[in-house]
Amino acid sequence: MSAAEEIVTEAPAVEAVPKRAMTLGYGTSLIVLAALIVIPLFVKNFIIFQMTMLLIYALAVMALNILTGGSGQFSLGQSAFYAVGAYTSAILMEHAGMNYALTLPIAGIVCFAFGFLFGQPALRLSGVYLALATFALATAMPQLLKLGYFEEWTGGVQGLVVTKPDAPFGLPLSQDMWLYYFTLVISIAIYVASVNLLRSRSGRAFMAIRDNEIAASAMGVDVALYKTLAFGVSAGITGVAGGLGAIAVQFVAPDGYTIQLAISLFLGMVVGGVGWLPGSIVGSAFIIFVPNIAESFSKGLSGAVFGVLLFLVIFLVPHGARQIAIIAQQTMAKFKKN
Amino acid sequence: MELFANQVLAGIATGAIYACMALAVVMIYQAIDHLNFAQGEMAMFSTFVSWQLMQWGVPYWGAFVITVVFSFFAGIVIERLLFKPLAKAPILTNVAGFIALYAIINSVAGLIWDFTIKQYPTPFGSSPFLGSQLISTHQAGMIGVTLLMLVLLFFFFRFTRVGLAMRAAAALPESARLVGINTSWMIALGWGMAAAIGSIAGMMIAPVVFLEPNMMLGVLIYGFAAAVLGGLSSPFGAVVGGFLVGIFENLVGTYIPGVGNELKLPIALALIITVLVVKPAGLFGRAIVKRV
Repeated sequence: MSAAEEIVTEAPAVEAVPKRAMTLGYGTSLIVLAALIVIPLFVKNFIIFQMTMLLIYALAVMALNILTGGSGQFSLGQSAFYAVGAYTSAILMEHAGMNYALTLPIAGIVCFAFGFLFGQPALRLSGVYLALATFALATAMPQLLKLGYFEEWTGGVQGLVVTKPDAPFGLPLSQDMWLYYFTLVISIAIYVASVNLLRSRSGRAFMAIRDNEIAASAMGVDVALYKTLAFGVSAGITGVAGGLGAIAVQFVAPDGYTIQLAISLFLGMVVGGVGWLPGSIVGSAFIIFVPNIAESFSKGLSGAVFGVLLFLVIFLVPHGARQIAIIAQQTMAKFKKN
Repeated sequence: MELFANQVLAGIATGAIYACMALAVVMIYQAIDHLNFAQGEMAMFSTFVSWQLMQWGVPYWGAFVITVVFSFFAGIVIERLLFKPLAKAPILTNVAGFIALYAIINSVAGLIWDFTIKQYPTPFGSSPFLGSQLISTHQAGMIGVTLLMLVLLFFFFRFTRVGLAMRAAAALPESARLVGINTSWMIALGWGMAAAIGSIAGMMIAPVVFLEPNMMLGVLIYGFAAAVLGGLSSPFGAVVGGFLVGIFENLVGTYIPGVGNELKLPIALALIITVLVVKPAGLFGRAIVKRV
């Protein structure tokens, strides 16, 4: 096997998605937005809580989508960034007595820095190696959080309890509902910012790297910078999601951020459609509701149902929710013609 | 100095676990150019199968052989059914497939055999080996089995037609196809062999870490670390890497204060990243040169 000049014909890491196909049209966006605003007014508090989690996971899935669908890099380690964000918020709130809303940008910045730094070694890895390194990061995270050194801050194995904020200005909203709308506003802001990011010069640089790294660098794209930047942005958004998650669940503990979470987020992205940002919310719904439904059939079977469904998605609709959306659109168009 | 020697010996004993796992990881990487994230779970499932056989009264070695054969065919079936259709799909799709397989096997094993920790027998006994407290007869036996597997693999790849065909299919698929090698079945064979090696690894590891559905996660990460350190393209490197990782883990735990069992996984993480950054081909692997 003397293979100094072996030609490696590799499958592409991620399929190319044109940037126009990454978002929804205005009409559809408004309908979805209206639904998100109106529904909580008519449902019970527990469902409002679940919808909050839906938005939070959607943010985390979207962050992964920017990294993978945008810049073509893998991560099976998003749970690590989520955990760092959650702990940053929790520690700032409980030890420094900071306002919950102010902790979120800090969580975002801390995670951005963490992701940017992690992106430095990750820069030299591609495809399956990157998946491996991030996989290791995700499995190592809970142990790092349990470390004796930081126990004073992190609460060790026990974790930290976070107080749930009340609605400000004496608004007549329950805690859950206030938190939901708070999360909704932040999610929309981040969604709009992400869409704009992917349409900007930086976004085009991400996509150029995704589609062909060498061609991109030949065109003058600073590959190293944009790859680490993609990691940073993705980690930053995940961190904000983590912070929101900590506030919503009112609790952080190392065992809440295991590799299972990273796998869930990854699944959410595949189900929602890689590179299709609105799919994130579909993916998020999948990872929140499917385990519940599966467990109602048989306890402990949720993993199997998860896996089987994922295989079905891979084989039947490899582009996830995006494909379904496109099919629906085409059927509608046909219907209109007749 | 005696402490150092003892720790190295203990490290070799733990390293045998990682070497076993790394061998399976390298096997599949050779065949398909992917790291199988479900490898550990497949090994765990095989181990449960052998445990179940023993519960039904099959003697140890009988169960051992049946399990290895079962795992071999199960590996082939999984490849034919689930991963053959994905051969041309993007890497992302393949990784998603591995993750799905991981989730399915883990949950099904939990469903059948539940999540309580079970004792697993060893054929080698667990008395001290040659009067040393640091290494038991089981660990010595495990090292022996690992080395035996390595030698068998070496002979298989070097001196049999099928072994040669597998190497050809992995190195240059197109040329291999032109000289009449059925590359698609070579990949299936690679899956089968990886599953069989994994099952042996599982049955060797289970007496040490105890049998339960999540027993393999830590081992798998260390197996990956060992395979990466030794070079993903070299079975020999994987075994050496496994022992080195075991020794490294023990020495770090002994000489650096505050690093104990609780930092096991972060050490593996640091190791993987360091090797991938400093010497991506590993100690014994060959560097891949791409033509654009």
